[in-house]
Amino acid sequence: MTLIKTKYNRRSFLKVSAAAGGGMLIGFNWLTSCTSPVEEGIPMPNEWFEINGYIKIGNTGLVTIYSPNPEIGQNVMTSMPMIVAEELDVKWDHVVVEQGSLDEDAFKNRQFAGGSLSIMRGWDVLRMAGATGRRMLLEAAAKEWGVALSDLTVSEGIIKEVNGDRSIGYGAIASKAVGIEVPEEVELKDPKDFTLIGSFQKNVEGPKIVTGKPLFGLDFKREGMLLAMIEHPPAFGMTVKDFNRDEIVAVNGVRDAFTIDISMDDPGFGNENAFPQMIAIVGDSTWQLMQAKKALKANWEIESELENSEMHAQRLKRDIDQGEVQETRKDGNPEAAFTKAAKVIERTYTAPFQAHNTLEPMNFFAHVTTDKAELIGPTQTPNSLRESASKLLGIPEENISVDITRIGGGFGRRLYVHYGLEAAAISKKTGAPIKLIYTREDDMTHGIYRPAYRSTYKAGLDENNNLIAYSVKGVGFREGAIFPNRFPAGAVDHYAATKLKSETNISTGAWRAPRSHFEAGAQQAFLDEVAEAAGKDTIELQLELLDRAKNNPVGEKYEYEADRYAGVLKLVKEKANWGAEVPGVHRGFAAYFCHNSYVAQVLDLVMKDGLPVVKKVWCAVDCGIVVNREGAINIIQGGVVDGIGHAMYSELKFENGVSTHKNFNTYQLVRHNQSPEEIEVFFVENDISPTGLGEPGLPPAVGALANALYKATGQRYYHQPFAIANQDQNAFDISRTG
Amino acid sequence: MATFHLNINGKKHQVDVDPNTPVLWVLRDHLNLVGAKYGCGVAQCGACTIHVDDVALRSCILPISQVGNQTITTIEGLSQNGDHPVQKAWLKHDVAQCGYCQAGQIMSAAALLEANSNPTDEEIRTAMTGNICRCGTYVRIKEAIKTAAANS
Ligand code: FES
Ligand code: FES
Repeated sequence: MTLIKTKYNRRSFLKVSAAAGGGMLIGFNWLTSCTSPVEEGIPMPNEWFEINGYIKIGNTGLVTIYSPNPEIGQNVMTSMPMIVAEELDVKWDHVVVEQGSLDEDAFKNRQFAGGSLSIMRGWDVLRMAGATGRRMLLEAAAKEWGVALSDLTVSEGIIKEVNGDRSIGYGAIASKAVGIEVPEEVELKDPKDFTLIGSFQKNVEGPKIVTGKPLFGLDFKREGMLLAMIEHPPAFGMTVKDFNRDEIVAVNGVRDAFTIDISMDDPGFGNENAFPQMIAIVGDSTWQLMQAKKALKANWEIESELENSEMHAQRLKRDIDQGEVQETRKDGNPEAAFTKAAKVIERTYTAPFQAHNTLEPMNFFAHVTTDKAELIGPTQTPNSLRESASKLLGIPEENISVDITRIGGGFGRRLYVHYGLEAAAISKKTGAPIKLIYTREDDMTHGIYRPAYRSTYKAGLDENNNLIAYSVKGVGFREGAIFPNRFPAGAVDHYAATKLKSETNISTGAWRAPRSHFEAGAQQAFLDEVAEAAGKDTIELQLELLDRAKNNPVGEKYEYEADRYAGVLKLVKEKANWGAEVPGVHRGFAAYFCHNSYVAQVLDLVMKDGLPVVKKVWCAVDCGIVVNREGAINIIQGGVVDGIGHAMYSELKFENGVSTHKNFNTYQLVRHNQSPEEIEVFFVENDISPTGLGEPGLPPAVGALANALYKATGQRYYHQPFAIANQDQNAFDISRTG
Repeated sequence: MATFHLNINGKKHQVDVDPNTPVLWVLRDHLNLVGAKYGCGVAQCGACTIHVDDVALRSCILPISQVGNQTITTIEGLSQNGDHPVQKAWLKHDVAQCGYCQAGQIMSAAALLEANSNPTDEEIRTAMTGNICRCGTYVRIKEAIKTAAANS
């Protein structure tokens, strides 16, 4: 039996009140993410108690769960309410999930709390809220009937007497439960008794999506709202000087044009931005603004070096030795071991800059008045936006509201707040509500990109083909390319890992499974090559290493659990029938651990007219308890397609500070006919609290693809994008144009 | 500026816009029909797909002046109650992730089935290649089209 506290010191995590229209309303602090980092031992700040999640148990028995979570396609709007409903013990088809609607009374003064303020994980909070509701409803029924709590059971929203005939639905008792004192501790279900968690449930917004309802930021409209567009400097390293304002304001439908500046002295989280100054045009319609943008003639000033892709390649080559060291790990004496080794293999891997390219371009609504601001749009970090907007506008945070629309793709891009701030600056200057819209070209050329990376791996084998030494150096712009304490750390006697960074004036940031996607591709391709040199099966080699890490670990603690890691390797091996050779079918394997989840994949490809076609990908996943199986499978499948697509086709290059790719006609994204024909997903069943799902499906796909391509072509794949880049080991040193 | 008379989803509309305005922006800005999405503006992503006399077209590059008497159908008018076989199949296969591309995918799929009621996998892959799904829901899109084909 797991008990969970509903209070911290004397502060309750919940508030209970009567619901308007009858029934019970439970309010609680709903965290922004199911996998928010746990910051154990941090005392709870007094002001933390911010209600933003609500469960309404109406007197009809209908349960409405108001979710404040941003939905970026990871299915949290479905899966998180499922957790509440499971513990509350109601039938899923009696549950309605609503994104806190903007005019909903309950949300009038809603403020968001970020995961960083939390001392419990979202999983526990959601379970606690549901369990508290169940317990209070049970207590209300016990009181009503004059029986003990232990005389009652509940299932699917119906409370029954164990030794009697009486029964009552939640709806009928909900109003009375309001008067019950919130229990200090509540009992959570044993995961074995879960009926809803782990089931297949459809996306709760599915019907709205397939009928084209206005859900997204770009669809948002307000009476009297004007539209706005920006023109940022054409190159990284440039800033705006002046522009032909008179001509622009004369364009049909243009109301005003001016420059804005969103730079601030003390930028907060998510404020990465290469272009704090830019031109803004305000007008009546999107098309007219697009014409006005074309008519712009601006003078730009060069502030810092205009970079290009060749320069980036040279910098990474230099800084893999000379860059700023961010993190290292060393076990044993790798230098000596490499000298003794019978065989040494050394390989270098690279990947280019990439854009996020969320299909919905950046946009935001803002209405700023002298002392208040209202911001609405697609953001994953409403708190950061509010904090920065407060600094930018000089308006106290409590007078700024940030509301979230459904988000047309995130992949890390909407962690950054500049587009919300730009909207705020434009509204302030215009004195009217505006919606800022980026064109695709604005979006792709004003990115917070996945930086280019370079890693060099080295392995030493003894005469019996045992891996005795392993080293890796990984460099990236602003952030190194590797995780020193991940596999195979702990599994090799002599091990060295160095994470280094290089510099650029191009804005970079988190991109779905940051660094993990590159490391998984490079490391898993490298280990495949090492296994081949050692004459071993690639999965066997990794299982041997995991065995070593588990039974006789080397050095300091490493990040992963060797058992769970080995578990997904074994599962995928069995499911894909690894080892069975089918003529004409080329198989690759890769596995990776990130965001506390483990994923192993086997990828089959065939060559058709000289081009690779991925027939099938098998995925074995250990992400702890699977909340919504349908959504979980979907997101893992999406990760596989994303990993294959970007490793194979996508790159962003620069010439004189200008991104040479501006739209999907030159920037290649994986398309339907390039996507795997089938992706099958298997989960390791266990009772471990849920871990990440949005990201871990992606990284292994890169390695599995590289390894299958090798089988198909006899050529090892070191440089992304595989379909375009020259694969020669030294090619990258000279030029990226291959 | 010029006046255009349009037949959209069975209803008559009149708009006064620059003749070069793409139908996408007439729908979104002037008629408050925001089901067709903007993704690229250059006929590369398919998010803006609509039917013009039953043919799937990219509304982002279709000037309003070229519509003439043809009838327009958007995702909002594909069916009365969201029960077109393609929409139902989309729900059955829980296709959407972020959902942004899906109106365009559905309109392309519906037009494909209109022209070819029983497409092969290969025909589906080819026909749907103009619609990007950044979330990578292609496997489900293909399955949903097969279900819709079987049910229509
Ligand atoms: S917006 Fe029309 S095809 Fe992309
Ligand atoms: S579901 Fe997100 S772009 Fe297709």
